[in-house]
Order: sequence, then structure tokens, then C-alpha cells
Amino acid sequence: MDNLQEDVLLSCRELTLGYENHAVAQNISFDVVRGDYLCIVGENGSGKSTLVKTLLGLQPLLGGTISRSPALKRSPIGYLPQQTPVQRDFPATVEEIVLSGFLAKAGLRPFYTKKERALAAEKMERLGVTPFRKRCYRELSGGQQQRVLLARALCATDTMLLLDEPVAGLDPKVTQEMYELIEGLNQEDGITILMVSHDIAAVLGYATHILHVMHGSCFFGTTEEYQTSEAGKLFAGGGIHAA
Amino acid sequence: MLPELLSVMSWEEFISFFQYPFVWRAVVVGTLIALVAALLGVTLVLKRFSFIGDGLSHVAFGAMAVAAVAGLTNQMIVILPVTILAAVLLLRSGRKAKVNGDAQLAIISVSALAIGYLIYNLSGSSNVSGDVCTTLFGSTSILELTPFDLWMSVGLSAAVIVVFALLYHKIFAVTFDETFYKASGVRTELYDLIIAVVIAVIIVLAMDLVGSLLISALVIFPALSGMRLFRSFKRVTLFSAALSVVCAVSGLLLSIWLSTPVGSTIVAVDLAVFLVCCAVGTAAKRA
Repeated sequence: MDNLQEDVLLSCRELTLGYENHAVAQNISFDVVRGDYLCIVGENGSGKSTLVKTLLGLQPLLGGTISRSPALKRSPIGYLPQQTPVQRDFPATVEEIVLSGFLAKAGLRPFYTKKERALAAEKMERLGVTPFRKRCYRELSGGQQQRVLLARALCATDTMLLLDEPVAGLDPKVTQEMYELIEGLNQEDGITILMVSHDIAAVLGYATHILHVMHGSCFFGTTEEYQTSEAGKLFAGGGIHAA
Repeated sequence: MLPELLSVMSWEEFISFFQYPFVWRAVVVGTLIALVAALLGVTLVLKRFSFIGDGLSHVAFGAMAVAAVAGLTNQMIVILPVTILAAVLLLRSGRKAKVNGDAQLAIISVSALAIGYLIYNLSGSSNVSGDVCTTLFGSTSILELTPFDLWMSVGLSAAVIVVFALLYHKIFAVTFDETFYKASGVRTELYDLIIAVVIAVIIVLAMDLVGSLLISALVIFPALSGMRLFRSFKRVTLFSAALSVVCAVSGLLLSIWLSTPVGSTIVAVDLAVFLVCCAVGTAAKRA
């Protein structure tokens, strides 16, 4: 299963997704090449979040194959989850949270190394959260919190980020900044981006590829192909779901 | 003269207590138990597990009843495994529960309590209410520790502290955001399991100090107090551990001085300090 073409990080074939033998989505096939910016769109309940969980290995695959390149096995997907209620009153500084991105790499070692601390400082600088590194996470604004979680994800990976609705709940200005930041990570830092989004208008502006998950099928192709496709015309062109 | 409500002893009398080894044993064990009980407090509070501590303590009560009726001199060998097993089962079933997690916990907790009490009564012991009261509220058991109890508590507390120190960052992670760390390859289920076992050990230890009905207070009050005042996980953890020890020791000494029940005095001190921390926290926010 490792005979992937060069530069292909992730290859999914004929995926069936769901819970306990109840299929939510079927026939999903797509490839992610290094440097891609792939957006995953689809209506509520179409299986977007199930796909995310399956890609992260949090949920078993019901059918099909997912092949990961050696690079992706060494450095797993960095995940930007949607916020949970626990985090809203969690007492932790920005620094503590960012550093914890190295946890998987630390294995059984009960402390973080100097090198990891230096790298964490670098990521905080990159995402502009250094000024609040000693501040408490719960006191930050929504946009600042997302930057902190992005910095943590970058400590866990230098290859691929999976962002689950990264702009949910952010105001338009901060949303714009967030999109620019993500684009910067893609263009300047060479990080492959997978992003789940409702915000179809914004998605078309940044993404190189689109995966549109529908019941029983899916569309996968470049952004240009998507705009001329049936699914694209219906979903993006109609403006029904455009946020 | 104070009214007869509280039988306050004179300072000399109070000091004279410290010539007895059982008082020193109580102080040492009380300090250790308070310390370990507070360590996992933040995790329990934030994972919405506060009542698992309560449920487990009722299970421990039931197990203690069985051990007492069976006439075991070393009741620990029954109580500890049963409580650990209950902790693991509760955590497991919490994930894919058909019955709502809360309801399930309530079922286990009240059943253990009722059956424990039933067993005590069927045993035909001459002092049922005394035994039950001691187990539930801890009354004086902390002052009746044998050297064996002392070493048992020291050993278990040391084990909890070592596990906590080694897994500190992992505990932080599974409390803050289990999904992210699981996705990045951390074995979160394993750490959840270890946390459950450690909680069970803490509950069993703390039964001697405050009795099974009051254990939750020992676990959650220091953490809640710390969360009012501090903003980093490290500081909240260190502060709540230190605060817990201060409250437990002062509660213990107060109870000797005032001849009040040990467990409820400690919890009253914890509550008072929590209220002070709330006030200070609110004032600091406004300032």
C-alpha cells in the first residue's frame, strides 16, 4: 500500500465512512499532494466530520483504503479541532498548551527537552502569540485561541494540518486574518492544508482542490474544475449555502 | 468559660496530645492523603468527573462492609481491588453508555451504599450505627491508625505522587483536549485508565481521613480554590496540593482541640478557604 507516487502524502480510495456498520458516506476517493490546499465541503450530516475522524484514526474505516506516505507516518496530521466546553474554563497558559503539541514525540519521557521548548517558542513567534505566552488560554479572544491551537498543531507536525471549521464563531475581520494566516502556512512554510469549511465563498479563493462530500458520492478535483461541475454550480453558484 | 457546646481543651492539654504516636501518625498520613487527593482535582473537575469520586467512595463503603463482615483484619485487600475495578468500569462505560453516564453512576453509587448498609445490619454487629458512621464520616479512624496502616498509606501516596510526576504532561493533555492528542498518536485511553486507577487509590486512602461521604470535598475543593486564583495548570496544581495539606492539617488539629469529628472539620476548613479564594479571585478581577 506504500507504492504511492512521489509527493502524494495521502491517498484515499472508495472510502465508506460511518459508525458501527451504519454508513454515512460512500465512494469517497481523493489524493493529497504535498503543498495542496484541500477544502472539504458538504452539507450538514453529509459525513464531513466522520471523514475527519477517520483520517485522524479516531474512528475505524468501514471500507476502502487510506494510504499514507512515509513522511506522513513520521509526522502525523496536526489537527485543529473545534473547541470543546472543557477548554473554556481550563487553567493553562498559552506556553503550556503550545508545548503540549510535542507530547506524542516525547513518548514516555516525562518532560520536554530544550530543543522542543525552543521550537515551541519559534511556532509561537510564527503565529504571533508570543506576547501572550504567559496569559491564560481562557482569557484570550476566539481568534487568539485559534492561533494558539494552530501553534500547538505545528509542534505536532511539519507536514500536514487538518483544520475543522477554523473560523467558526470568529468575526469577519478575524476570519479574514485567519484565512491569510493559513494561506501563509501553506505558501511560505510549505504545509499541506486540509480544511473543513462551510464558508464556500472563502474556500474558492484559497483552495487548490475541493472535496465535496455528498450522500453516496463525492466530487474531487481542482477548484477550477469544481466551479464548472454540477455539484459546484449547485452548491457554490446557487448561493444557498454561501456564508 | 465557653459554653458546653464545644469542649475546648486547654493549651497544655492540647500540647500533651503530641506525646502520643497516634497523633503523629494521623498528621503524617493526613498530610500525604491531602496532598495526593488534590493532585488529580483539576482533572476531575474539568472532565466533569467530580461525582465519579463520590460514586467510587460509595463503592468503597460497600466493599468495606463486606470486608468487615467477613472479619478480615486487613480490609484493604478487598476494598482496593473492588474500587479500582469500579473505577475502570465506570470510565469504560462512560464512553459508550446506553444508560446515561450520570444515571449509571447514581445506580452504582446508591446500590453500593444500600447494600453496604444492609450487610452491616445482617452481620449482627453490636454497634452497627457506630461502624457505619465511622465509615461514612471518618469520625476517628484517622486517630486509630496502626503502624501497618501508616506504612500502607505512605506507600500508596508515594506511588500516586510518582505516577503523577511521571505522567504530568499526559494528564494535562487528556484533560485539556483528548481528541487532538489521540490524533497525534498519544495513547489517551491508557492514560485515562491510569487516571481511573489512581483516583480509586486516592478514594480508598482518603476514606481513613474524612470518611467515604466527604471524600469528594477533599478532591475538588483545593482544585476549585486554585482555579479561582491561578491561570496556569502548573500553578493551580502546586497551589491546590499545598492548600489541601494546610487545610487538612489545620482541620485535624482543630478537631483535636475542639473535640469535633475529624472529617467534617477538615471539609469545613476546605469550604471556608474556598469561599475566601472566591472572594479574592473576584476582587482581583475587578481590580
